[in-house]
Amino acid sequence: MTGNTEIAQAVRNQAGEGLLKEEVLHDMLTLTVEASKLHEILSFLKDTPSMGYTFLTDLCGVHYPDESLPFAVVYHLHNMRANHRIRIKTYLTAENPAIDTVSDLFSAANWMERETYDFYGITFTGHPNLIRILNVEYLDYFPLRKEYPLEDPTREDKDNRFFGREA
Amino acid sequence: MKNEQLKQSVGTGSNEPGKYSTLNLGPTHPATHGIFQNVLKMDGEIVVEAEQTIGYIHRAFEKLAEHRPYNQITTITDRLNYCSSPINNLGWIMTVEKLFGIKTPKRVDYLRIILMELARIADHLVCNSVIGVDSGALTGFVYVFQERERIYEIYEEVSGARLTTNMGRIGGFERDFSPTAMKKLKELLDHLPSVLREFEKLLKRNRIFMDRTIGVGPISAERALNYGFTGPNLRAAGVDYDVRVANPYSSYEDFKFDIPIGTQGDTYDRFCVRQEELWQSIQLVKDAMNNLPEGPYHADVPEVYLPPKQLVYSKMESLIWHFKIVMGEINPPVGEVYHAVEGGNGELGFYLISDGGRTPYRLHFRRPGFIYYQAYPEMITGGVLSDAILTMSSMNVIAGELDA
Amino acid sequence: MNQKASYNKVDPPEGYTSPGLFATSFDKVIGLARSNSIWPLPFATSCCGIEFMATMGAHYDLARFGSERLSFSPRQADLLMVMGTIAKKMAPVVHQVYEQMAEPRWVIAVGACASSGGIFDTYSVLQGIDRIVPVDVYVPGCPPRPEQIIDGFMKIQELVANEPLRRRYSDEYRNLLSSYGIR
Repeated sequence: MTGNTEIAQAVRNQAGEGLLKEEVLHDMLTLTVEASKLHEILSFLKDTPSMGYTFLTDLCGVHYPDESLPFAVVYHLHNMRANHRIRIKTYLTAENPAIDTVSDLFSAANWMERETYDFYGITFTGHPNLIRILNVEYLDYFPLRKEYPLEDPTREDKDNRFFGREA
Repeated sequence: MKNEQLKQSVGTGSNEPGKYSTLNLGPTHPATHGIFQNVLKMDGEIVVEAEQTIGYIHRAFEKLAEHRPYNQITTITDRLNYCSSPINNLGWIMTVEKLFGIKTPKRVDYLRIILMELARIADHLVCNSVIGVDSGALTGFVYVFQERERIYEIYEEVSGARLTTNMGRIGGFERDFSPTAMKKLKELLDHLPSVLREFEKLLKRNRIFMDRTIGVGPISAERALNYGFTGPNLRAAGVDYDVRVANPYSSYEDFKFDIPIGTQGDTYDRFCVRQEELWQSIQLVKDAMNNLPEGPYHADVPEVYLPPKQLVYSKMESLIWHFKIVMGEINPPVGEVYHAVEGGNGELGFYLISDGGRTPYRLHFRRPGFIYYQAYPEMITGGVLSDAILTMSSMNVIAGELDA
Repeated sequence: MNQKASYNKVDPPEGYTSPGLFATSFDKVIGLARSNSIWPLPFATSCCGIEFMATMGAHYDLARFGSERLSFSPRQADLLMVMGTIAKKMAPVVHQVYEQMAEPRWVIAVGACASSGGIFDTYSVLQGIDRIVPVDVYVPGCPPRPEQIIDGFMKIQELVANEPLRRRYSDEYRNLLSSYGIR
C-alpha cells in the first residue's frame, strides 16, 4: 500500500477518532494522532503485512511553548519495500508529557527516546532505561525547551570581557 | 564457531556470584576511537554483557541550530561526521533548497556528486584502514592516509579548508571548480586505484585478517533493520538500501552504479562492502567528471544566493540582497521538510521545521551513528574482547555524529 | 661509515669548550634530551583528532620531532595533547588524566574548542580546558592544519628545552597546581 490517501484511510479505519489530522507537508504524508493511540497505530503500521512500515527512521521531540499541547513527538516511518515514508505526530500536555514507548516495537527507538527525554523531559512509559543519554546526570533542566537559553546561565567558566559583554 | 569453542573452554555461563569481572573501556581508552565508554561484564575473555555511556562530546548542535540563520548552520554540520564533512554540508544545503523549492542547475548537481563521493572515499578509507590498525596492521593506514591528503588538497582548492569544509551555498557553490582543482582531481583518480589495490591486497585475502574478522560481530538483516541500521553496515547484513537509489537527490538518478551487499553482517562483510563502495565512488567521480555539463555554478536565486562583490558595490539592489542575506533575513517559507542523504555511515537525515523566522524553529539531525551504535552490546556479547574492539572500528562510530 | 649522515643532528647547548672538555649546565643537557624525546598522549575527541592522525601520518610525520612513540597511557606520557571539544561530561576525565601523568608534564590545547570552546558556546561545552588544567601552548584553528599542530609542538619543545630543573619544585608552580585543585 503506497498511496497517501489509502494509508490515511487504513489508519482511520484502525484508529477511528484517534486520527486527528492528515496533511501532506512537502511530499510527506503527516498524520497527527492522539497520544493514547500512538502505540496501537505504530504497531498496526509495522506489523500489518499490507502496511509494512517496519523501519523507524527517526524520532524526535519539538517544543511549542505557546500551544495548549506544547510538546510534540514526531516519528518518521519508512516502508522500504514500497519506498514510501510517512510522518506521525502526536502532541502532549505541559503538565504530564508522557507517552507509551515504542522501543518494544523498534529497538532503534530506545536511544532516540532517551535523547528526547534528555532534551525535552518527555517521559516514555514502559521504556526499559529512561535516563539522560547525552547530558550530564546532574543537569537539572531540559535544555532544548524554548524557555532555556543556549548558554548555561549558571556558568562561571567564561570571561565575558572577551565576548563584548558586561563583565 | 570459533567463539563457541572458546566459550566452552573458558566459561561455563553459570551465574554464580564473583564469577564475572567488570572491565571498563573508556572514555579515553586507546582501543576506542573517539570518546565513549563501554562497561563490559566479562567471563574470562568472553563478553557477557555490555553497557554503553555516550555524550562525552555533546555539543548541543540542535539548540545551536535554533539560534543561527540558515546560512550559518553549514558550519555546524561540518562537525557532525568530520570524516566526510562535504556530505553533511551539502545534505543540509539540499534540505534548505527543498524547503525553498530551489532547483539547482545540472552542473551544480554533478559538482556536488564529485565532492560527496570524494568525501565517501575519505570516510571509508579511514574506517577500513583503522580496521587494519585494530587487527594489527598499521601499514595500510599509512598508505591510504597519503591518498587522503590528496583529497584534502582538492577540498582546499574548492573551499579553502581541509577538514571542516563549509562547502557550498544555498543555491549552488560560492565559486566554480578552478582548473587546479580539476587537475588535482585527475591526479587523484590516476593514483588512487593503484594504492587501493595495494591496500586491498594487504588485507582482503590476508589469512590473519580473515581469521580475525570473519564471523566477528555479526548481525542479521532483520535485527539490523529493527535497530535502524543504514548505510554500509546495513548493506553488509544483506539489505540493498541506499538513499542514493531509493530517494535520488542531486541527480544521482543520472548515474549507474552498483550497491554492494554482504551476507553475514560481520566485520569482514562490512570491510568488503566499504571496499567495494570505494571502487564505485571512484567510478562515480569519473563519470561525473566526464559528463560534467557546462553552465552556471549556482541557481538564479538572488534572495538567498549572495550577489557578486562588484555588483554589491555598484548596484543598490545587490547591496540590499547582500545585506539581507548576511544578516540572515532570507524569509524562508513556513513548513517542515525531511531530507535524507547517504552519508558515510548511512542515512543522514535533516528534519527541519521552519516558522518563517530567520532561524529554524527546530532542526533535528538523524545521525546514523547514533542510531546503530545501540546494537553494539548485542553484536559483541558472546565474543571475545579483542573482537569487540574490531567490531567497534568496523561499525565506524564517529563521536561527533554520535553525540551531536 | 664515512658517508655523510643525511639526518640533522641536534646542536649542542651553550657551554665552555676547550680541547677534551665541554662544560655546560645540567639544566641544558636535560632540557635538550627531554625536548627531543617527548612522548605525547593524544587526547583526541573530535575533528582535531582527525587532523592529528594526518599529522602522525607519513605526509607530515610528527616522528621527526622525537615523538615517534605515542603514549596512550598517561603514566608514561610527557605531553597531554587535548584535541577537540571537551564537554562538561568529559571535563573530569581530562582532569583525571592530567593527574595521572608524572612530572614533568606539559599540556597543549589544539584547536579552538580546547582553547576556548570555539563555536560551541552552549550549555554542554566547557569553554576552554584551561578551566580545569594548566595549559602551556594553545594552537588556534578549527581545526588547525597539521603544520600548525607541528608548530605548536615545536613551541612546546622550546619550553621544555629552556625549563629550569627547579621549576617543578617551586612554590609558584605548587600554587598554580593547587589553584586547579591538583595535588
